[in-house]
Amino acid sequence: MTVTETRAMLASDAGHGASGRQTPPRKRRYTADQVPLGNVLLRMFAGLVVLAVFVVPYLIMFFGSVKTKSQILSVDPTYFPTEWHWENYLDMWSTPETPLPQNMISTIVISVFATLLVLAVALPAAYYTARFKFPFRMVFLFLVIVTQMLQPAVLTSGLFRQFTALGMIDTWAAMIFINAAFNLSFAVWIMHSFFAGIPKEVDEAAQIDGAGRLTVLFKINLPLVWPGIVTAIVFTFVACWNEFAASLVILSTAGNQPMSVALTKFVGQYSTSWQYVFGVSIVAIIPVVVLFMLIEKRLVGGLTAGSVK
Amino acid sequence: MSSTTDVSPNPTGAAAGRPRPGGAKAPARRGKPGGRDLAAALPWITPALILIFGVVLFPAVVMFYNSTRDISLSGLDKGSVGFDNYVEVFQFPYFWPIFFRTIVWVVVVVAFTVVISLGLAQILNKAFPGRQLVRLVVIIPWAASVVMTTMVVYYGLEPYFGIINKFLVDIGLVDTPEGYGWTKNPATAFMWSIIVAIFVSLPFTTYTILAGLATVPGDTLEAAKMDGAGAARTYFTIVLPQLRGALSVAVLINIINVFNSLPILRVMTGSIPGYDADTIMTMIFKYIQNQHKVDVASALSVVAFIIVIVIVAVYVKVVKPTKEV
Repeated sequence: MTVTETRAMLASDAGHGASGRQTPPRKRRYTADQVPLGNVLLRMFAGLVVLAVFVVPYLIMFFGSVKTKSQILSVDPTYFPTEWHWENYLDMWSTPETPLPQNMISTIVISVFATLLVLAVALPAAYYTARFKFPFRMVFLFLVIVTQMLQPAVLTSGLFRQFTALGMIDTWAAMIFINAAFNLSFAVWIMHSFFAGIPKEVDEAAQIDGAGRLTVLFKINLPLVWPGIVTAIVFTFVACWNEFAASLVILSTAGNQPMSVALTKFVGQYSTSWQYVFGVSIVAIIPVVVLFMLIEKRLVGGLTAGSVK
Repeated sequence: MSSTTDVSPNPTGAAAGRPRPGGAKAPARRGKPGGRDLAAALPWITPALILIFGVVLFPAVVMFYNSTRDISLSGLDKGSVGFDNYVEVFQFPYFWPIFFRTIVWVVVVVAFTVVISLGLAQILNKAFPGRQLVRLVVIIPWAASVVMTTMVVYYGLEPYFGIINKFLVDIGLVDTPEGYGWTKNPATAFMWSIIVAIFVSLPFTTYTILAGLATVPGDTLEAAKMDGAGAARTYFTIVLPQLRGALSVAVLINIINVFNSLPILRVMTGSIPGYDADTIMTMIFKYIQNQHKVDVASALSVVAFIIVIVIVAVYVKVVKPTKEV
């Protein structure tokens, strides 16, 4: 069992649905019908506590983002904003600490291109390793797993030296390659498991009908593995969006840095414009949270399909 | 690394262990794959190989090599120094405190994460109105930037104006609005970092356990109920053993992630002078960024690298995450 394989499994539930071989949906356990009302209320209370714990930090963030600087640094703070200063969301883009619009663009460019690169590189590899046998196939898959064991943080000094030598230090391109390389293995594994879930007969039937290999891939397989591709895209994009350790060392110019690095410059300042930090955070967090919520169904499910049952 | 080889015989990932219709009755159409098959495969896998070798494995080699070199502050390689960089790493007076703090960091965060996640998963697995909403909200710290989540806690703990500090004053846990100087003091800043680390590790772990709970057979639970087993007994004798696979995987991934975690400590304790709240990972970055000693940083990175491998190997050996239940 490996990290990648498990993460792939964790997210791959829908893959088996796509392949049309899924067992009929299990009955939901702990159904509410025979549960006493008292228990349901107790569960709702527990759920409410969980909800509160997980949402409170982000509520603090949100409420902070509409306070004025004097309110947020007040020695007698209020939990809720007394006035709602929505103009913060316009003003926050110009602060002396860091060029936030450029940081936002940096985050977007790096994440989008790294995700595209992962897709372009992982999709063919996942398809081919799932469909065809060739010498060193296992060695290749083993290499893919090894990259998962290594995170950019532990390799930063090597990455720093290498990209300096290449003259690529402090460039978006360097971070696009780094993000793509370290997210490749998950994408390969998740898509590999989806491709492997499609019966070979589907391909063979298409080939008998005269379809070439590329036609089979694009016209026959892709629609079936689409959920796996979406999952790979979302995981990769979110990971790139939030990447911190490598960006911290590779990108030294303020304008090149992504949001995650830029925002840390506010820490330890004499009087931090927290309302801007939080406004920017809210703007940066919402898209990725929505993306993750869209694949929520695929987060649950497939994990133990292979290892436990 | 032994774990990774376990996977090799079965590369189908999630499909492993599932019946594969057609797989058995379709014999290999050709003999052993040969050189022509490799040539045919190359166009499909070469881009991935380039990325893996160029951006993961080669930098790792560079890192090992640099750990034996003398690299000037400006980045000039001044030749080999043997193991001097390692000597510097180990002779640094704060090394062993940092080493043990790293162990505490990993063990405490992972242990609390798993225990709390077991409870959370139990709640989220039960039917109640609004469960779907709660499940979605639990995802937020998973998707949100760890830097941003940590920063809101950092702000909340500030003396006088921090909201979390105010709350602690209001409920009587802290007796002055000046607060405790949570983030100014290495010990308390480290403690709060642990809390944040647990918080951001919960979603992944909870979802992994939820996936495990879905495999607990409903009729077994039914039978246990019929036999008069209480909820606690059912949980510990039936549900928990079923979670073995999910738990061992969640623990393994959490160990790797928590050990490699930089942003939380960087935000919470980064502005505290000295080395009393550092882990190996934050120390590596202090060597690179504050002291510009890439050579020593490389040596410490190699040490970190070996520690991770050892932890993972021991864990896999002891727990055997791949073992069938």
